[in-house]
Amino acid sequence: MDTASTYLDGNAAAGPLGDFFGFDITTTIGRCAACRGVMLMAQCRVYSAGPGLVLRCASCDNVLIRLVVTGDRAWLDMTGLACLQIDRTESG
Amino acid sequence: MGRLSWQRATVVDIREETATARTLTLEVDGWSGHRPGQHVDVRLTAPDGYTAVRPYSIATPENGSRIDVTVALVEDGEVSSYLFSGSEVGTEMEVRGPLGGWFVWNRDDPVPVQLIGGGVGVAPLMAMLREHDRVAERHPMRLLYSTRGPETLLYAAELARRTQNPVPASAVTVLHTRNPSATAARPAGRLTISDIAAYGLPPSPRTRCYVCGSTGFVEAAIELLLKAGFATDNIRAERFGP
Repeated sequence: MDTASTYLDGNAAAGPLGDFFGFDITTTIGRCAACRGVMLMAQCRVYSAGPGLVLRCASCDNVLIRLVVTGDRAWLDMTGLACLQIDRTESG
Repeated sequence: MGRLSWQRATVVDIREETATARTLTLEVDGWSGHRPGQHVDVRLTAPDGYTAVRPYSIATPENGSRIDVTVALVEDGEVSSYLFSGSEVGTEMEVRGPLGGWFVWNRDDPVPVQLIGGGVGVAPLMAMLREHDRVAERHPMRLLYSTRGPETLLYAAELARRTQNPVPASAVTVLHTRNPSATAARPAGRLTISDIAAYGLPPSPRTRCYVCGSTGFVEAAIELLLKAGFATDNIRAERFGP
């Protein structure tokens, strides 16, 4: 299978993103900045074959989050994600 | 979950599953416990400081500070090849977890559960099935496990026990895609809608479905589940790559 078209579920981002957020982002509800659709972050699409981690909207394919980690620095681009709704009882 | 840190894990047991897969039992320092379906990230560090991280599903329900992970050898997989041939009892590595709060089965959920696994994707479903064994008042849970043939069958002894002495509440069906076993009642082939009708739970929007396997397998299985009459809102999937 062509790896460029292969994606994982948002679940797979729980570890790498949890590193920076300090809680499980995959059980939060995100709003896509492009199509305004809402989704559980576990249901978005994760592409991890490249040098960074890319999360895309499962409905419109818009890039929600990009994460690149090098030795002592990380870049987190969330311009494609309009909003995150966080359950405070779950992620406390 | 609080901020997760890397914890030291030691291999305490190894079971050879097939020629290309083995299950490692890890003893994890300070393990906080987990829910069936969750995964861990495993980190290996080379002497020169190079690190590689890969996610692995946990195949066992809560068992103190021990977790089982099943490692299938991936061609050119730097982590899987080390875990497959380089690790032995006593080998240490780092793990971070438990991870993922969505692809989990809660034993108190008052609904029937249909599990569909392809290849090594059966691992997190085994954690659910084994947890289900421990529940007294349980709703039916069924597993459809698609694998190439007897030579790639994971957890073979346990699954044979389960299919020979069927527990009415938790039925397991193994479907071979290429090489059928001598006793197989079904010709070899990919999962079909007739398999779901014959061996799965009666389709109902109320039934929760968990699907895990390669991306292609999961896509196909979800399509079949929807056609059969299961509800999209009640299907949870975990794709693990090509």
